[in-house]
Amino acid sequence: MAGPLRLKDHRKELSSFMQRSAVAAAFIGALALVLVGRLVLLQIIRYDYYLDQALGNRTRLEPIPANRGLILDRNGQILAENQPSFQLEMVREQVPDLEETLLGLQKLELIDKEDLDDTRRVIRARRVFEAVPIRLRLSEEQIARFAVHRHEFPGVDIRARSTRSYPHGALAVHALGYVGAISDQDLTRIDRTAYAGTSLMGKLGVESARETELHGKNGYQEILVNAQGRSVERRGSDLHRQPPRAGADLILSLDLPAQQAAEQGFEGRRGAAIAIDPHTGDVLVLASMPGFDPGIFGRGITRAEYRALERNIDLPLFNRALRGIYPPGSTVKPVLGMAALAYGIVRADESRYCPGVYVVPGSSRRAREGRGGVHGTVDLRTAIAESCDVYFYDVAYQLGPDRIHEFLDPFGFGKPTGIDIAGEQTGLLPSREWKMKRYKDPSEGAWYAGDSVNFGIGQGFMSVTPMQLAQITSVLAAKGAVYKPRLVTGIRDPATGQTRKIDPVALPHVKGGTPQQWDVIMEGMRATMTRGTARAISTSAEYQMAGKTGTAQVFSVGQNERYVASQVAERLRDHSWFIAFAPAEAPQIAVAVLVENGGFGASAAAPIARKIMDAYLLPRLPKSAPQGDAPEAAPRPAPEPPAQGALPHDHEHGPATVRAAGGTVPPA
Amino acid sequence: MIRINPGGDSTTRRTLGGAARVLSALQLDGPLLIGLGLVCAYGLIVLYSASGQSGSMVLRAVVRLGMGAAAMVVLAQLRPQQLRAAAPWIYIFGMVLLVVVDVMGAIGKGAQRWIDLGFIRFQPSEVMKLAVPMLCARYLHERPLPPSAPMLAVLAGIILLPAALTAVQPDLGTAILIVIGGLLLVVMAGLPVGYMVGGAALAAGAAWVGWHYFLREYQRLRVLTFIDPTTDPQGAGYHIIQSQIAIGSGGLFGKGWMNGSQSQLEYLPERHTDFIFAVIGEEFGLLGLVILLSLYLFVVARSLYLASQTQDTFSRLLSASLALTFFVYVFINTGMVSGLLPVVGVPLPLVSYGGTSMVTLLAGFGILMALYSHRKLVGS
Repeated sequence: MAGPLRLKDHRKELSSFMQRSAVAAAFIGALALVLVGRLVLLQIIRYDYYLDQALGNRTRLEPIPANRGLILDRNGQILAENQPSFQLEMVREQVPDLEETLLGLQKLELIDKEDLDDTRRVIRARRVFEAVPIRLRLSEEQIARFAVHRHEFPGVDIRARSTRSYPHGALAVHALGYVGAISDQDLTRIDRTAYAGTSLMGKLGVESARETELHGKNGYQEILVNAQGRSVERRGSDLHRQPPRAGADLILSLDLPAQQAAEQGFEGRRGAAIAIDPHTGDVLVLASMPGFDPGIFGRGITRAEYRALERNIDLPLFNRALRGIYPPGSTVKPVLGMAALAYGIVRADESRYCPGVYVVPGSSRRAREGRGGVHGTVDLRTAIAESCDVYFYDVAYQLGPDRIHEFLDPFGFGKPTGIDIAGEQTGLLPSREWKMKRYKDPSEGAWYAGDSVNFGIGQGFMSVTPMQLAQITSVLAAKGAVYKPRLVTGIRDPATGQTRKIDPVALPHVKGGTPQQWDVIMEGMRATMTRGTARAISTSAEYQMAGKTGTAQVFSVGQNERYVASQVAERLRDHSWFIAFAPAEAPQIAVAVLVENGGFGASAAAPIARKIMDAYLLPRLPKSAPQGDAPEAAPRPAPEPPAQGALPHDHEHGPATVRAAGGTVPPA
Repeated sequence: MIRINPGGDSTTRRTLGGAARVLSALQLDGPLLIGLGLVCAYGLIVLYSASGQSGSMVLRAVVRLGMGAAAMVVLAQLRPQQLRAAAPWIYIFGMVLLVVVDVMGAIGKGAQRWIDLGFIRFQPSEVMKLAVPMLCARYLHERPLPPSAPMLAVLAGIILLPAALTAVQPDLGTAILIVIGGLLLVVMAGLPVGYMVGGAALAAGAAWVGWHYFLREYQRLRVLTFIDPTTDPQGAGYHIIQSQIAIGSGGLFGKGWMNGSQSQLEYLPERHTDFIFAVIGEEFGLLGLVILLSLYLFVVARSLYLASQTQDTFSRLLSASLALTFFVYVFINTGMVSGLLPVVGVPLPLVSYGGTSMVTLLAGFGILMALYSHRKLVGS
């Protein structure tokens, strides 16, 4: 095969080889230089850049959730706090098969089958490397059960976290709100970074309204992570740590004993009770019954539990105090009476005759006395005290819709009170314009005499929320002074312990009638308690109450029928209203109580108001001088710690004197 | 022998003269041995760190090193004539194994690169790294140089056949190395410059035509990502981006042994195999890399020197080819890890963990030493 024509020339071959070797060596040198040049570029020139990249790689910021602020009542009693608990968390990127893992956890009964979809949704909504809680507040038994199977669930682990706890359970839940899992809807609104490491946020009530303050500011720490995102321990770490700033504590206006008295007073009935300090707008009691245990949301409410709450016929999730809309019934009469005085429809000392039935002018309609009976000759004070419907039918008719609207509007009828939690309903103070708009047909939309007459007993189109009526009562008690109702009176910095007080917000004063006319109405409301519809309530009270009962119709009775409570199904029975303030001469507390289907106001609602007032006032009254409707001084437990709001005063001078002397705004 | 240096072996430490005698008797070249020893020792130190302080992995590397050293010593005893005579048989043996592996792969429906001999996994393609230049050198030994066109055709067959069989395994990296090994030999044999230029032009033309007329869009994209992996940072680019971060963040002096965050926290993939160069860069800095490169260059230079001292065509071409191929290995790996070249799976010679490459490389150096130490016994 060797070419016969050419012979091997060893010398030429060798020189060619040496030549090529030299070229190869030159190539090698050149390539080595290129390589070293490249390394110099990477390691010297771009050193800083790559160092940054390496540092960014190896560390990750892990959030340290801030402790949520406490919620305290006006006396410093804890209403909401934090408790350590164990929860199951999942880091999605570490889970090999999400479905299989969830299924496995469900088999261990750590997730409800029903909650799978929600859990899945929450996990997907979070970033893959975030630890997402999939089961909160594990019991010891559940912890043990998981621990045995832990190795089967990479990416799922038990972690100690703090969860919200409400030491008084359902108490004041509709004022406090609750803390619940951040939904994917919430995630679109909030700053994700601020909530990294937290799975819960405030829902409803103060928890939601003051979320920013309560939440605090997350801290973070740099942790060393490997390429899989797992945190690793390494010696000599120079890792940064920024401690969290705990959320601020909220001091509420609520008075725990009064709130307890209110909720116990309902004895399982449905309704709402609100008490307000008329001189500050402090909401002392805000109860909507029934409530629910807010703790279950922090625990991670299961779908079944939520459904049970939602479908409960008593609507425990419904905040009746703020959102329940009811006719005010006869509780409207004091304001209406003042309107009558102010517009000169009646005089204070003028008496009228009540025959028990009122014939609506211009129609054959006959309006009956609500509770039957004939009042006979009544003046305004008695008409209020006895709640004479016929008297007020006529007053309302004579006033007419325009003047009623004009006079009642400043008191706050048909307007949200502006309380510092969300969800308040408006209620309705009807007017001609409103009715015209409401009904398209002009004949229906016209204002009829009957509409005016309905005003007299707070029925018809008119509606209020218990919150509104409490606010109106407060305005009555303060003789026209209006404060925006508020739950939060102070914000305490947990680090310094200093409380920033929130000043009461005074709203435009309600003029109403002349001072004398105010007095007449006050006397009427006082008479309710001494000789009127609620006289049974104030017996043996150590202070003087002024009030007004009310009954709101749920179900209308034909004009020739008589309403007999015992014959009407429980849920069709009238709602029972009671508004009151005390002490009558120098009110410290104004209360509105509604008992759904409670029947007559004095029987169901008024005793609750009395219990609230006892709980709030008795510790604050001077022990030495028991007075009131019946002098009987029962020893009362002193509040602990001594209530800031306890303003010792006597009835002659009242708290106003003390305030004037002290020059301070009453309890915050 | 020429120069004597104290070696790491305790038996050679008695006297320099004694060492020289032992080396000479073993037909080994002292300087090359020292160069190789230093590279291997460096490699073991880095491997301990790169393997995540795995003693067992280092131990296995030492065992392979021992096998490679044994192969080197055994091969160093052979005479050039014997090697020349064995070349076709080794080539045929390697080809049979390659076909067997390919067929096994086809049947098993999976990539198949090795034959399990029980105690070691044996890659036939590694054999071809030596067998191809040996057969080429033998073919050219008795023929006039520079090679004529028909000779080049025969050589092309010798080179491309095993390369093709390796490429279908698929092991493109090794296939390219086989081609380069053979090609370098042919170049050193005096391949006319015109052929080189023509070949390069032809390759460029084919690439252009292929790009514009045969490749589909996604295929082009694949080629582009292959050339510039940084366009796909989570996929193909991940390795190279992480390795550049590792090298760059090492700076001049490095972060210290076992202290590279990229390497130790597993950001760097293949850290103890193909990307071990980046571990050195991160932990020992530019200084550590330049030291390693210097050691490599010394080994290559010494090998080339040995090649130039041999007396016959077979020895000369084979040793030069082995020396140059060794440098190519080094350059492809370091170039790839530092982002100069696309990522192909080529280990860093004598340092990367695993495979049979340690054994074949040292066997190659054994052949180199044999050709040099027996040079005077070769008749022209």
